[in-house]
Amino acid sequence: MITLIKRPTPSRGWSYTTPIIAVLATMIAGGLMFAALGKDPAQAIRMIFWDPLFGPNAAYFRGQLLVKAGPLILIASGLAVGFRAGIWNIGAEGQYIIGAICGASVALAAYPAESHLLFPAMIVAGALGGWLWGMIPAVLKVLFNTSEILVSLMLVYVAQNLLAYAAFGPLKNPQGFGFPGSRNLQQYPSAHNPELIAGTGAHWGVLAALVAVIGAYILMHRHIAGFRIRVAGEAPRAARFAGVVPARLVMFCLGLSGALAGLAGLFEVSGPSGQITDGFNAGYGFTAIIVAFLGRLHPLGILLAGLLMALTYIGGDMAQMMLGLPGAAIQVFQGMLLFFLLGFDVLTNYRIRIGRARA
Amino acid sequence: MNRRSFLTTTAALALAATSLPAFAEEPLKVGFIYVGPVGDMGWSYQHDQGRQAIEAEYGDKVATTFIESVPEGPDAERVLTQLALEGNKLIFATSFGYMDAVMNVAAKFPDVKFEHATGYKTADNVAVYDAKFFQGRAIQGTIAGRMTKSNKIGYIASFPIPEVIQGINSAYLHAKKVNPDVEMKVVWAYTWFDPAKEADAAAALIAEGVDVVMQHTDSTAPQAKAQEAGNVITFGQASDMSAFAPMPRVSSTIDNWAPYYVQRVGAMLDGTWGSGATWGGIDTGMVEIGEISSAVPEEVKAEALALKDAIAAGTYHPFTGPLNKQDGSAWLAEGETPDDGALAGMNFYVEGITAELPK
Repeated sequence: MITLIKRPTPSRGWSYTTPIIAVLATMIAGGLMFAALGKDPAQAIRMIFWDPLFGPNAAYFRGQLLVKAGPLILIASGLAVGFRAGIWNIGAEGQYIIGAICGASVALAAYPAESHLLFPAMIVAGALGGWLWGMIPAVLKVLFNTSEILVSLMLVYVAQNLLAYAAFGPLKNPQGFGFPGSRNLQQYPSAHNPELIAGTGAHWGVLAALVAVIGAYILMHRHIAGFRIRVAGEAPRAARFAGVVPARLVMFCLGLSGALAGLAGLFEVSGPSGQITDGFNAGYGFTAIIVAFLGRLHPLGILLAGLLMALTYIGGDMAQMMLGLPGAAIQVFQGMLLFFLLGFDVLTNYRIRIGRARA
Repeated sequence: MNRRSFLTTTAALALAATSLPAFAEEPLKVGFIYVGPVGDMGWSYQHDQGRQAIEAEYGDKVATTFIESVPEGPDAERVLTQLALEGNKLIFATSFGYMDAVMNVAAKFPDVKFEHATGYKTADNVAVYDAKFFQGRAIQGTIAGRMTKSNKIGYIASFPIPEVIQGINSAYLHAKKVNPDVEMKVVWAYTWFDPAKEADAAAALIAEGVDVVMQHTDSTAPQAKAQEAGNVITFGQASDMSAFAPMPRVSSTIDNWAPYYVQRVGAMLDGTWGSGATWGGIDTGMVEIGEISSAVPEEVKAEALALKDAIAAGTYHPFTGPLNKQDGSAWLAEGETPDDGALAGMNFYVEGITAELPK
């Protein structure tokens, strides 16, 4: 007889070890899946987790790891703050898109003027765009008590349609022969977000992600606002007595996560992506939710989780290429990671007792 | 020629001369990147058929790899770089949105050749290729115009880019030619492959009374919807979709990339590969017309096949004047045909289509 007994407080020890157990369980279950597909599981796991870091051409892939992890960490840092407060922004993908559109619009409006002020202006526009898109669910929640989960998620689809409109309409490259997509900002020096040190992959967005991690750490663990946010999430009634104004908290959390997602979009469109196209958003906003939880909503955890997630993408592509694994198998593999994490979370909140309950 | 390049050239020549037998055993590595899953039974599936044709043709002289479901954006650039780093010497990038990524990576790997489908940017090591799908649409339009009873033809369009607009215009013109009462309804799905959206689009069109559904999207979902409705005919898109023959699928336009791929790999093997732009049609076999099913009356079938032969022989161009643009302004004079350049940038409907082109 196995029974689950709720712990009075979540176990700290388990909360730190479950991500590691989840990764190991994913490797085992994923390995079984790869074996069932007729591939060598050890080789596939090595290719996903080891080769991008230490295999041939690792110098290139390490840089790409930063490119891929940067936006994930930046977005997840903002989301985690809200999640801690029990405010669920599921629409980071939409805020990411709007940030990119706003930032790119500033650049394209200024084209072809060269100025050192352009890139900072784009950063402001990107953050502002994401912030505004995050404020819509915030204001609706405050005024009409709507669910921010639904509103923010639905706004992703609105944003995607705006993106298609921008790519086919006002932002279309006038020299693009009628094909959709904006000018490539990589070819516009003032607007380009380049690698800061050639070959490292690190662009301004990667730097911003690091700053966000440090900022989130200070906010959540060294500042009274962070204390209030955590109390609001864990004990809403107590928070009211402690002087937390729920409306202000909602605005702050959705605004912050929106602005960071908008920034991620801006750095992406001006750097690795280069142009506004209808397929510009690659799901970073949704993957960042996984990253936030995998990182236990802790800034440092998010940093590691973002890098791990990026590793599974890059290593996953490599395994596809070298071993002929189907793309869907890699996605299942990534899904397993979240599944096991949530599954093993039982250990954080419950004790397992094996044997008969003592009367 | 300076001393340095002289030395390297002679060294390379010497190396090539001494190690030719060794090189002969080393297979030519050819990489593919697909925008969808190979199982989409449409666009990416057909490209993968081309890849398999290369393997069948050249056996162990080539080694091919592919990566599927790569989003158009920064991921594409990484995957292309990954393919180049893994030693692929010829890389097929099979979606329009990979264009700038291909150009960036091609600049970094001057000794790797790239083939980009449906794009318009070329370089010394980048060639582009595309198929004249509008030729197939002319035949579909003829069958549709003859077979429709409601005189309403539905068209599930993907994105308002020239390739798609050419198809709508061509289908409409040829349906109108055999049936002056015909009317065209266009639904923009803004996707190349999304069974759910495509099914919705088909259902919406059928509810509006159309009894012919054409699609420029790749899934078989519209075929399934038409089958449910019973009295609606469809055409296979990209692949034959013969599972739905003889009803609702009465014919199809098949993208047959195999001859082109085999030819280009052959050119690589004998060292004659050169950059360029290829726009193949029914004549070169790049556009194939799938079997016209028994649901089509014999005389309509004969008419459609005669049209196909005329296009293949070059005696008939699907866009032959006099033709006006939608706004009534003149486009082509009596007997005039557009050159490929003008067609490649087509961004307007022809006269008679009442739908509005999204801007």
